[in-house]
Amino acid sequence: MNLLASIRIALRALRVNKLRSSLTMLGIIIGVGAVITMIAVGAGAQARVEEQIRSLGSNLIIILSGSVSSSGARLGFGSQRTITEDDAYAINREVPAVQAAAPALRGAGQVSGGNNNWSTAFWGVSPEYLEAREWNIAAGKPFGQADVQGSAKVAVIGETVSKNLFGDADPIGQVIRVNKVPLTVIGVLERKGQSFGGRDQDDVILMPISTARNRIMGAAQSKRRTVNNISVKVREDASMAEAEEDIRALLRQRHRLQAGQNDDFFLRNLSEVLGAREESSRIMTLLLAAVASVSLLVGGIGIMNIMLVSVTERTREIGLRMAVGARARDILTQFLVEAITLALIGGLLGVALGVAGSYAIGQFAGWRIALRPESIALAVGFAGVIGIFFGFYPARKASRLLPIEALRYE
Amino acid sequence: MEPPLIITRRLTKNYHLEGYPVHALRGVSVEIGAGEFVAVMGPSGSGKSTFMNLLGCLDRPSGGEYLLAGERASDLSGDALAAIRNRRVGFVFQNFNLLPRTSALENVELPLLYCGVPAAERHQRARAKLEEVGLGDRMHHQPSQLSGGQQQRVAIARALVNDPVLILADEPTGALDTHTSCEVMALLQQLNRGGMTVVLVTHEQEIASFAHRVISFRDGRVVEDHRIDQPNDAAAMAAQRQQELEA
Repeated sequence: MNLLASIRIALRALRVNKLRSSLTMLGIIIGVGAVITMIAVGAGAQARVEEQIRSLGSNLIIILSGSVSSSGARLGFGSQRTITEDDAYAINREVPAVQAAAPALRGAGQVSGGNNNWSTAFWGVSPEYLEAREWNIAAGKPFGQADVQGSAKVAVIGETVSKNLFGDADPIGQVIRVNKVPLTVIGVLERKGQSFGGRDQDDVILMPISTARNRIMGAAQSKRRTVNNISVKVREDASMAEAEEDIRALLRQRHRLQAGQNDDFFLRNLSEVLGAREESSRIMTLLLAAVASVSLLVGGIGIMNIMLVSVTERTREIGLRMAVGARARDILTQFLVEAITLALIGGLLGVALGVAGSYAIGQFAGWRIALRPESIALAVGFAGVIGIFFGFYPARKASRLLPIEALRYE
Repeated sequence: MEPPLIITRRLTKNYHLEGYPVHALRGVSVEIGAGEFVAVMGPSGSGKSTFMNLLGCLDRPSGGEYLLAGERASDLSGDALAAIRNRRVGFVFQNFNLLPRTSALENVELPLLYCGVPAAERHQRARAKLEEVGLGDRMHHQPSQLSGGQQQRVAIARALVNDPVLILADEPTGALDTHTSCEVMALLQQLNRGGMTVVLVTHEQEIASFAHRVISFRDGRVVEDHRIDQPNDAAAMAAQRQQELEA
């Protein structure tokens, strides 16, 4: 008997018991729908983390001032500034694995421009900063080495600052006052969005580090030319671990630390931190999918249950089919096709439910979702496998009936 | 001379019923020639149904030998037995055994489905057999829309559709009234006149009287085997009854 005929017999048998067939399918529909929705939600979260990693810049090491001991009391990271502008320039010069190292000096204050004012953070940085952070200029131009040497009164502003001060007007060429010091806006930064801590990365003003130190913060900051942090971008082809080692050795030497002394600085490999986050969101996706698969499994058991009932109910039919020449394998095929048909129709309806469910969650919960065709294929394939797996036992039971006993079955 | 269509030699069948051994057949040796019309009779428990099932390859003997059209059917595999049931034997049952919610035409097509006949040929052959049993106008009716006699004729068409060498009828009139029984027997007689070998199980003397030969069973053995030179004509009896009913 050919497959097409088997499918037709299966569809007929399923049609006869419409309610029963639909309830059986419901298990599979919910299972497949749940798997697709959960994977979409998990993958959405994963995509978000990946995006955050990209916004941070890859191969990025941040150097922070380390803890120092003052009269026996250990103070926290950055409690005393130990890293300097010159450390950054030394790293740039002497560590071959480093592509760019940029010092950054942080300040905050009231900024005015246009007819508005805004409270924000500003950073005095070297021109390498944008390269180290993989940050581009959206309009205008960045400042250069000459601006740093001359403590030029120029600034590059983030989108949020631009919006708050100038609205939709073009900020380039406008003058902003940072703590009353007038700076000319020469560029606008590309939008970066939120950091993974939820901070708005576009609410920022960048200016030459000398400008920040000399003109805005005043002499108090300028003593040892200390900075808040140094951003280091490691070359794509270099090893992060090696670069870290070299930077550590260089800084220890520059800070004249003895062999037994602790580092007075701290290296933070941010992509590693986010890598761990990405890993955890991947595990989350797997977990969600696993939980959803349980419902698919329960749906499969439902199919098995109904198929067993069906085999018992149709024992005489099986006997008759055998009497007119059906071989054991014809009967096996018939019931297996019936189970697979149930599972696959359920699977396809489940895909519709899953896709609709994913969009609904995206709409109403405001979560990011990522529907992947491979997860849909996986769920439908899994449904088919469940049909085969849970359909096999009842089908084999049917095919092993003795014709004479099946015919006499009451 | 042509060898007999059916040869059984010391055929035995034992099985266990609730732990007790049952000797359903205790050595049955029978020969039935092609074109015969045989009635198998006996009280319940005599082994006549078991004998039928063995002839139809629905069951395997415990001992002895069974040859159908020269082929040793007693030691074939399950698939080979299925093939014999499909191509060589046509079954007619007491309770018709038609598939419910399935048209007469599709019921008749069923055996052809299991030997890979293409759909168009299946329809055509099934239609021809339904016309042969006089149900050309009922092809798309479901069993529940047909009378008992019509259902049994659908079953006969199904038995005939794969051109078997043997029709096995197990109490084919058991669920029918006398008049309809006559009609069904007339159909079987008509087939037999066309050369078909028919073996019929019955416990009614009247039904057996339509056959050419009666084999009687008791306690798993053949106790009597005799020929009827002038069997009753079922068609004539049916016509006569029809007249009586109309009168």
